[in-house]
Amino acid sequence: MPWVLWIPAGLALALVVLPVAGLLVRTDYARLPALLTSDAALSALRLSLVTALASTIACVVLGVPLAVVLARARGRGVRLVRAVVLLPLVLPPVVGGLALLFLLGRNGFLGYLLDVVAGVSVPFTTTAVVIAQTFVAMPFLVVSLEGALRSGGQRYELVAATLGARPWTVFRRVTVPLLLPALGSGAVLSFARALGEFGATITFAGSLEGVTRTLPLEVYAQAQADVDSAVALALLLIVVAVVVIAVARPKAFDR
Amino acid sequence: MRRPSAGQAERRSQPRRSQRIRRGPQRHGPQRHGPQRRGPRRRAVAAAVLLAVATTACGSEGRTLNVFAAASLTEPFGELEQVFEQRHQDVDVRLNLAGSSTLGSQIAEGAPADVFASANEPVMADVAGDLGGEPHPFATNRLTIAVPPGNPAGIEGFGDLAGGGATVVVCQPQVPCGAAAGRLAKLTGTTLRPASEEQDVKDVLNKVVTREADAGLVYATDVRAAGDQVDEVGIPGAGRAANRYPIAVTARAAEPELAAEFRDLVLGEEGRRVLRKAGFGTP
Repeated sequence: MPWVLWIPAGLALALVVLPVAGLLVRTDYARLPALLTSDAALSALRLSLVTALASTIACVVLGVPLAVVLARARGRGVRLVRAVVLLPLVLPPVVGGLALLFLLGRNGFLGYLLDVVAGVSVPFTTTAVVIAQTFVAMPFLVVSLEGALRSGGQRYELVAATLGARPWTVFRRVTVPLLLPALGSGAVLSFARALGEFGATITFAGSLEGVTRTLPLEVYAQAQADVDSAVALALLLIVVAVVVIAVARPKAFDR
Repeated sequence: MRRPSAGQAERRSQPRRSQRIRRGPQRHGPQRHGPQRRGPRRRAVAAAVLLAVATTACGSEGRTLNVFAAASLTEPFGELEQVFEQRHQDVDVRLNLAGSSTLGSQIAEGAPADVFASANEPVMADVAGDLGGEPHPFATNRLTIAVPPGNPAGIEGFGDLAGGGATVVVCQPQVPCGAAAGRLAKLTGTTLRPASEEQDVKDVLNKVVTREADAGLVYATDVRAAGDQVDEVGIPGAGRAANRYPIAVTARAAEPELAAEFRDLVLGEEGRRVLRKAGFGTP
């Protein structure tokens, strides 16, 4: 490794570490325990963990098949579909939230249908939070899986097929086991993205304690009035994120 | 800067509302009416400071006056900006319109504001150390109920916001309109049961304009500004929980005389006329 790389690498690290250090310096440690154990903080933490977990599961259940289809299907349409799948990555989350609102809101075509047929209204519910998080987080999973599928190639699957395995058996016994490392890192990325989701949530699901106000929204709400409290909650969010990465990382990233 | 968390790269791509000098693009598409300045405000403090510093640094020929004003003042201050610029041809008035609390923290972080007009007195009191003179109350604003045209949920008064089938949206208690909603609920002995507590009053209005909410507690001036996109259900006695808007010249004002002149314009006859036209009360 050329030693010159240390310079930009150090700058990159500083860019990530110094702002967090700034947050640590700014924290009011005397009030920290009280701020973190307030009802609002605890219910936001609980809601964040539950919704991020639910949306990660949704990402895996829906994203794995999508990644396999994108990596293995042929045809002109696939490229277009791949671009569309990546849309939430580049779309400002607020726009994503609006798009969801115009689909599933009261006057959105699906929302209207749900309301009339099933009497279900999605906006302002915890379900809306999970949908918003899944919307923004799924591309992370799909992209990392699809990359792994493409670089892994189809050799093992073809061999299994020549040995008489049916497509479903190949998928279950060959494709999925080979995908597990990428699935781990993709799931962690999705979870992290869902945990930090803000724009789409606040636009689509609103903000109400215990129902839709996740940690990032609570941080934002607190920042309007009590900055110390916002900083304390931000710290909590960072701790959760670090714990998730630390726990998942050895399996997920160190192949 | 204060960030709620690290690792939330997506916010970079969100519209930044409070740095927007003058009026930002509309956030909610064709349904929305009137100028908006919305979008999460995270990096707003940093961005506003940078932007304002950059613009003051290059604008050496003309003079600039940076007016930080509560979002609810969008329409009247837009008009007063033009009046002021007509009187002072060499002066460019830049309006920074955002939630009062956001503006307050920007000023506390050293944003180059010359004049600050806030939507309630506590926010002004929070930045007392950064003011160059006494704040003067110049307007009052009372809450009212905005409903979608035709009032589909049949909201008749404040009592209907206490639950039942209607989807009700209010401001969160940390911002002035939410504080006013809390006072009004207390005065009338009502417990509000909102579906969502929004970050500011234009968000509440928005939920009503897009018909996602059956009713929203907003300022009388917001209903006026929204025109025929919403109907109003008045709240008798809302005046008792009205907000008083103070205006002050800041301590760091680069143009203290100009700033004082702008303040006097707002406090004077012309200002009162424009404010009343927008639905404000004037003390």
